[in-house]
Amino acid sequence: MRFYEYESKQVLKKFNITIPSGGIATNPDDAMKIHKELNCEVVIKSQVLSGGRMKAGGVKFSANYETTKKYTEEILALTINNLKPVCVIVEPKSGISQEYYAAITWDGVEKKPVLIFSDMGGIDIEEVAEKYPSHVSRTHLSNLKPIYDYSAKIAVSNVGITGKDLNSLSRMLKGLIDIFNKYDLTLAEINPIAKLNDGSFIALDGHMDMEAEARNYHQDLLTELNINKEDTRQSRPPTQFEIDGAAVDAQDTRGVAGNVTEFSGNLGLIIGAGGGSLTLFDAVTNAGGKPANYCEIGGNPSVKKTAELTKLIVSKPGVEKIAVMMNVVSNTRVDIVARGVIKGVIEAGFKPKDKITIFRIPGSWEEEGFKILNKYEVEYVDRTVSMYEAANISVKKMQEEQ
Amino acid sequence: MSILIDEGSKFIIQGITGREAVTMAKELIDYGSKLVGGVTPGKKGREVHGVPVEDTVKAFTDNQKIDGSIIVVPPAFTTDAVMEALDAGIKLIVVVTERIPRKQVAQFVEFAQQQNARIIGPNCLGIISPGKSKMGGIGGSAEATKRAFVPGNIGIMSRSGGMTVEIANSLSSSGLGVSTAISIGGDVIIGSSYAELMPLFDQDNDTKGIAIYSEPGGRAEILLAEYVKKSNRKLPIVAFMAGKFMDAMPGMRFGHAGTIVEGKADTTEEKIIRMQEAGITVVERIEEIPMKLKELIS
Repeated sequence: MRFYEYESKQVLKKFNITIPSGGIATNPDDAMKIHKELNCEVVIKSQVLSGGRMKAGGVKFSANYETTKKYTEEILALTINNLKPVCVIVEPKSGISQEYYAAITWDGVEKKPVLIFSDMGGIDIEEVAEKYPSHVSRTHLSNLKPIYDYSAKIAVSNVGITGKDLNSLSRMLKGLIDIFNKYDLTLAEINPIAKLNDGSFIALDGHMDMEAEARNYHQDLLTELNINKEDTRQSRPPTQFEIDGAAVDAQDTRGVAGNVTEFSGNLGLIIGAGGGSLTLFDAVTNAGGKPANYCEIGGNPSVKKTAELTKLIVSKPGVEKIAVMMNVVSNTRVDIVARGVIKGVIEAGFKPKDKITIFRIPGSWEEEGFKILNKYEVEYVDRTVSMYEAANISVKKMQEEQ
Repeated sequence: MSILIDEGSKFIIQGITGREAVTMAKELIDYGSKLVGGVTPGKKGREVHGVPVEDTVKAFTDNQKIDGSIIVVPPAFTTDAVMEALDAGIKLIVVVTERIPRKQVAQFVEFAQQQNARIIGPNCLGIISPGKSKMGGIGGSAEATKRAFVPGNIGIMSRSGGMTVEIANSLSSSGLGVSTAISIGGDVIIGSSYAELMPLFDQDNDTKGIAIYSEPGGRAEILLAEYVKKSNRKLPIVAFMAGKFMDAMPGMRFGHAGTIVEGKADTTEEKIIRMQEAGITVVERIEEIPMKLKELIS
């Protein structure tokens, strides 16, 4: 879950990391008020969950109140990578003598957090690492030992910085490490850290990501930042179809029947589980099929939940038929899924045999499941027919009808 | 032979009185696994399918050698349970629980390294050495497990629990069998990834080939490729890559927590190239796995 820059900066401030003065505005008049209070040249920055703001025109400098109003209006109307800004930051334009980069993220290979630091901030860190490796340090942090200041000092010292700057920068980095650890972040980044003309250091931009699984542990912070439960911060906002899918899954805690992602095709998919869904989605696409959705069922969801998910998918505008497929299941009961899917199709006002192209879920309680499918004349296959072949059968049926 | 577990392995279930764990206990006992008991704090003295329940792990390890523990407790209590098992000297831990924040996973994985112990998972179905023992929910009921998993000489490693069973099924229907299958877990940080388990398979003379289920996200496949380039044994490996559609959707998460594509190295395209460069055969369909393995082994 990604934080906006202004939220990240609030977190930095809590840990005594200096951030620019100024504030946020949702309209040109408020932006002008902040400019008046600051009484100096300002920068206006779009608050949008996307990179590349500067290039897209989402960051502008302004010396007078009229341009501040004009730029704020323009930036608030500007979508970047299909995302709308929620507000703008208005801050003083700083007199900078040097820029630095600092971030903590997970190294999945070492299975430890890694502190990345560079004295060449403001630009793409991967590019710096490639062209100027001696200007980037990587310092792994223990998951078990408490983190002391020395880890931050090593990171700063390793790019050749000493003197007063070493102490100021490592204080800031230690604060960033504490934030990363305290809030289960997957990324805590300051880019750039600026050394101002007076020799002090300030965080000019911040970027933080919290692990979705950890949200429940940090309700205090989320409340403080006014982030509510519905605000999922995915890379694109959820569609109504996806919101409805999540509501189906939340009906009860037994199993999964949800994780819906909307696509624009005509074949509704009821597929599972985690890996099976990925495999089947590829198989359908590969066969020339056009999925209307991605979803996951697994962990033995109730008949009711499966029926509700089916209803949602089979009723989606543009969906002509559905395919019901999983890998060989051991914990999910085939008969329960069969019952749920048939119930859902009927409740949506259709005949199961007209709407279900294929049912391919082999595994526990399959005999019971197949009996139900026979009764409703739904075509099914057992484990001797592969997932790939089942997807082909389904797509072929769609094409024959056209 | 097999790796990690065999007919002699004795283990416990932490969280044994939970609904899912009670079912699992029955499946394990029916299959022939040596489940000697379970732990649920505050429920000492009870029995689950004939095995005793204790309050602590130490209550078992004080009196006998316990080879492994299966962790089936809610996410908020998982780290505590794993740490307890590691502290009690247990060397093999299967973490079934999903939705554990990765910081906590990294903590118990680092502690396990210090204790020379091994973690499988989290977010996995566990391990099976067919005909000998299984540790975790893998395969379901004893009957279903026997149907999908036939003893043989193919090792399976999979980031998806369900697809481990699908692959085993496709092997057995082609006349091949499994030495040991491991559902390694779907999270970003896991206790043992392919490259960390391969040395065990390389040392197992009865394993003649490896089947892999892989996904977008993370570096596990690239590390496997690097390992394979360096290893001497050169066991034939056939890998299946799911989630190709995700390459065009960076930042989105499908299936498992570990699948998010954050950079080029996380895409299926890049992983396939790197695996092929290392001599790993990458197939388009699950049913090609047994076909290719038969070719490569003979």
